[in-house]
Amino acid sequence: MTFIGKSVKRVEDKRFLTGKGRYTDDIKLPGMTHAVIIRSPHAHARILNVNTSKAEALPGVVKIFTGKDVAELNGVPCGWQVDFKNGDTMKEPPHKLMVADKTRHVGDAVAMIIAETYAIAKDAADMVVVDYDEMKAAINMREAIKPGAPLVHDDVPNNICFDWELGSDKAEVDAAMAASHHVTTLEFINQRVIPNAIEPRSAIGHYDTANDRYTLYTSSQNPHLIRLLLCAFVLGLPEHRVRVVSPDVGGGFGSKIFHYTEEALVVWASNQIKRPIKWTAERRESFMTDAHGRDHVTKAEMGFDADGKMTALRVKTLANMGAYLSTFAPCVPTWLHGTLLQGLYTTPKVHVDVTAVFTHTTAVDAYRGAGRPEATYLLERLIDTAALEMKMDPAELRYKNFIPAFDGVKQEGYTTQVALQYDSGNYEPVLKRALEMVGYADFRKEQEQARKDGRLLGIGFSTYVEACGIAPSAVVGALGARAGLFESAHVRVQPTGKVSVYTGAHSHGQGHETTFAQIVADKFGIPLEDVILEHGDSDSVAFGMGTYGSRSLAVGGSAIVKSIEKVIEKGTKIAAHLLEAAETDIEFAEGKWTVKGSDKSVGFGDVSLTAYVPHNYPEGLEPGLDFSSFYDPANFTYPFGAHIAVVEIDKETGKVDLKRFVAVDDVGNVINPMIVDGQIHGGVAQGIGQALFEGAIYDEDGQLVNGTYMDYTMPRADDLPMFEVDRTVTPCPHNPLGVKGAGEAGCIGSTPAVANAVMDALSPYGIFDLEMPLTPERVWTAMQNSDAVV
Amino acid sequence: MIPTQVEYHRPKTIAEALELLQKFGEDAKILAGGHSLIPAMKLRLSTPAQLIDIANIPDLTGIDDEGDHIVIWAGAKHGEIASSYTIKEHLNMVAEAAGMIGDVQVRNFGTIGGSLAHADPAADWPAVMIAADATFVIASTSGERKVAAADFFQGLFMTDLNEGEILTQIHIPKPPAGTKSTYEKFVQPASRFAIVGCAAMSDPDCNVRVAFAGVSSKPFRDTGIEEALAGDMTASSIEAAANKAAEGVSVMSDHFASEKYRRHIAKVYAKRALMKLV
Ligand SMILES: Cc1cc2nc3c(=O)[nH]c(=O)nc-3n(C[C@H](O)[C@H](O)[C@H](O)COP(=O)(O)OP(=O)(O)OC[C@H]3O[C@@H](n4cnc5c(N)ncnc54)[C@H](O)[C@@H]3O)c2cc1C
Repeated sequence: MTFIGKSVKRVEDKRFLTGKGRYTDDIKLPGMTHAVIIRSPHAHARILNVNTSKAEALPGVVKIFTGKDVAELNGVPCGWQVDFKNGDTMKEPPHKLMVADKTRHVGDAVAMIIAETYAIAKDAADMVVVDYDEMKAAINMREAIKPGAPLVHDDVPNNICFDWELGSDKAEVDAAMAASHHVTTLEFINQRVIPNAIEPRSAIGHYDTANDRYTLYTSSQNPHLIRLLLCAFVLGLPEHRVRVVSPDVGGGFGSKIFHYTEEALVVWASNQIKRPIKWTAERRESFMTDAHGRDHVTKAEMGFDADGKMTALRVKTLANMGAYLSTFAPCVPTWLHGTLLQGLYTTPKVHVDVTAVFTHTTAVDAYRGAGRPEATYLLERLIDTAALEMKMDPAELRYKNFIPAFDGVKQEGYTTQVALQYDSGNYEPVLKRALEMVGYADFRKEQEQARKDGRLLGIGFSTYVEACGIAPSAVVGALGARAGLFESAHVRVQPTGKVSVYTGAHSHGQGHETTFAQIVADKFGIPLEDVILEHGDSDSVAFGMGTYGSRSLAVGGSAIVKSIEKVIEKGTKIAAHLLEAAETDIEFAEGKWTVKGSDKSVGFGDVSLTAYVPHNYPEGLEPGLDFSSFYDPANFTYPFGAHIAVVEIDKETGKVDLKRFVAVDDVGNVINPMIVDGQIHGGVAQGIGQALFEGAIYDEDGQLVNGTYMDYTMPRADDLPMFEVDRTVTPCPHNPLGVKGAGEAGCIGSTPAVANAVMDALSPYGIFDLEMPLTPERVWTAMQNSDAVV
Repeated sequence: MIPTQVEYHRPKTIAEALELLQKFGEDAKILAGGHSLIPAMKLRLSTPAQLIDIANIPDLTGIDDEGDHIVIWAGAKHGEIASSYTIKEHLNMVAEAAGMIGDVQVRNFGTIGGSLAHADPAADWPAVMIAADATFVIASTSGERKVAAADFFQGLFMTDLNEGEILTQIHIPKPPAGTKSTYEKFVQPASRFAIVGCAAMSDPDCNVRVAFAGVSSKPFRDTGIEEALAGDMTASSIEAAANKAAEGVSVMSDHFASEKYRRHIAKVYAKRALMKLV
């Protein structure tokens, strides 16, 4: 193979690195207007009056819409339904495009100014006077579910969206827990983080009066689904007259999966004013309105027998939904979190209980890892804590409990207590390799010496399994998804043998244009530059379910392989005709069809040309070499890995210095090692961000205290050590590429490894658990409050 | 993120800039590196009608060795100061502090004059200038006046500058040969401004000057530490003196550092800075 498995440089980087990428905000349409949205400064307030008269009089203002103007329109829908334990339907209050009655979080949309220029729209926005009657807000989840708490939606009692459980029989779990030799209990907050894609969200709505067609350009990970939701649920538009384009997208980390109100607003309003409208979020708006991630309040207990074998796991979580249900919000703390709680361990009894809560805060939805980082944090913190408590080695404790190796072919997949069947796994080698890389035995000696010298060194582990490649449509349908989760691919061989590939997967930084081209070029035996990838335009791509859940290669790539196979099959017919041989005597390899055992062959280009110039052609065969396919996976894929962090804590300040980070991941077969390493690096950085730096802070009135880059700490290169990465390869048994997915692994494994390392360093103080982010003040204060003499 | 409409002027001399300032009065703002003013304008926290850009006035840039003192012109960029041989030779802490400001872009645009005039309590320059015993030259159409750094900073974003005035020069006396100085900074991790910045200088006779950034609503010289040291630069004396950091001073608090923690960090950083002078 010429390309698969090689670190081919990313073809898309030429345009990105030379500033020639084309993002939504770069698009200028003739006659385009500019929108600015006026947002509530209060988390919970009645809107008494919106006075737009002064702003309307400003020259250059085209139109102002307020919540009242869109009151009759539907709001944006939720794409996943999770019902109450007792069977009651999930509470799904409307999420209007703008609010007319009351605001439910800081940043809720109240009015939209449309003007000839952005500057005029900004000036006009300053002239709109909104009278608010501020009310008490429900911010903290524990308080929000108490009787008498302020209600986010009047018809949602106690702000509870739904409750849900999964796993073994609860009574059996309780009994196993009670019978355990040791129980480790942690109560913690998995804090809310803000995605911070470098490109703010942007949307252009364009209603073409001459052709009665709508176009939405939007910075999205998910253009086709946006079109479906927009047409079928929000505006009731005929889908064949609506085109959604996501051009280059500058990151998303989940936050651009969802259908946002602004997308529907610009489309609707462009028909009202018969001109295109562009809206681009300011950075402050991104902080306030991009769906946030995580935000769980959790109590987790893990039981062990005297040998350190896990006996039971019991988890109770409050999951913040924010003020409205974002597109996939309900599935994140449930089917993407509860189902991962077996981890890579043989725990015989597992039970998880989740209550989803509305609060007067920005909506929470999938963020890199979506549910799996929360599950992994919980498990891995429990294990390292248990090891400290039981004075056992945390690596040994894991070895004792790993599920034995299974490849999904000779051995069956592993069925968990929480609804999944893992495809293939071999867990010991990743931990073994990571321990080797970090030099574990030597580290413990170094740590002992350091402690004698008064230095605080710590090591932390995390071994994880996660679920990617979402997903078999029928399975997710049964779990409440209101969409299928297949992928489409269209491979069009041009007459000259050049290949255009249309994929439903959407790249917002992952390098699809390179990885997918590597597969196509290899399978066809043609040069890489003969392949071009198209994605993100609903007019050219048949359908797509978007990019998230590390699904693009496993699902989108597999769909491409199906189309490739169809091309080769048809090409074989044409080649057999040209070579005057039987189809069964022809084999295709390295770009040509050859008569077996002879040197008679015909090349990819000749067959392509023949398909389009069918003068000498098999009878009855259609001309053309152009195939589309849909691929619906048989199962999720289950990557796994082991991450180890080494930290040193400054005793005087509490500042954590991350000295080393080792990651050994198994993401199945690897198409482009450089891109996979890049995904791991980025994910690890983001996971470290949550452990040490990031976290949205709301005050009790619901103000986002740290909603700017001067206040919200993003991890930077100089905060991080050189990452030491390696991998093992356990192919996925059920997709044609044997790939599993690498986009989120780094973010899933790294957070608990860092937190565990900090706790290990602090263990002489008897400190076993601290809230993230592990800021210097938090660590210092804990040391101050400890009675231990260190 | 776009400012309100503004008229832009680019004078070529200090005199021309002063005339424009005089002409437009309170409608005008000086633009230097723009790394504090432009963000404020984009957020519409600052909405000047007239901008007078002094960044390109040749007379306002450069660093001059004047024998017994060094002149840093107000338009000198942080980066330029960090790499100045004259500064490194005589005033290590000034070079160190300059190199710790923001990132490369900030250092290549931001000016010392802009930072001092802006008087952000978490900015690095003000404390360093107080420790260095600098004097500021302030010009207006009616002439020049001088003010000591210690008297210039009056509170949160408040200085002795009046309408119509431009800070033009910073005069720093050359310390005696053998003087050591340093700047130690505990950074706010998001902005990289100072949670605590400690500028410390000790001459060969162990006369010590210590000043803090980030700790209080304005930079201050910590005479408590200086007096406690009383010329004794042994480790135990430094430890005891550092423990007096910010005594009697009201200390800021935010989500990065509570008052208690900031006080503690001031002590640790005073100790670390002073130990580097031994
Ligand atoms: C990302 C970032 C990180 C930063 N990190 C740090 C840091 O770590 N430490 C730190 O100290 N600073 C930091 N800064 C601030 C930076 O140093 C600014 O450059 C500085 O505060 C202002 O200088 P300026 O030349 O950019 O002034 P401008 O922004 O142009 O002006 C600031 C104010 O001073 C006035 N002004 C400017 N020059 C004069 C003058 N000569 N006379 C009278 N008034 C004048 C202006 O009218 C304005 O009110 C950071 C800034 C950014 C954007």
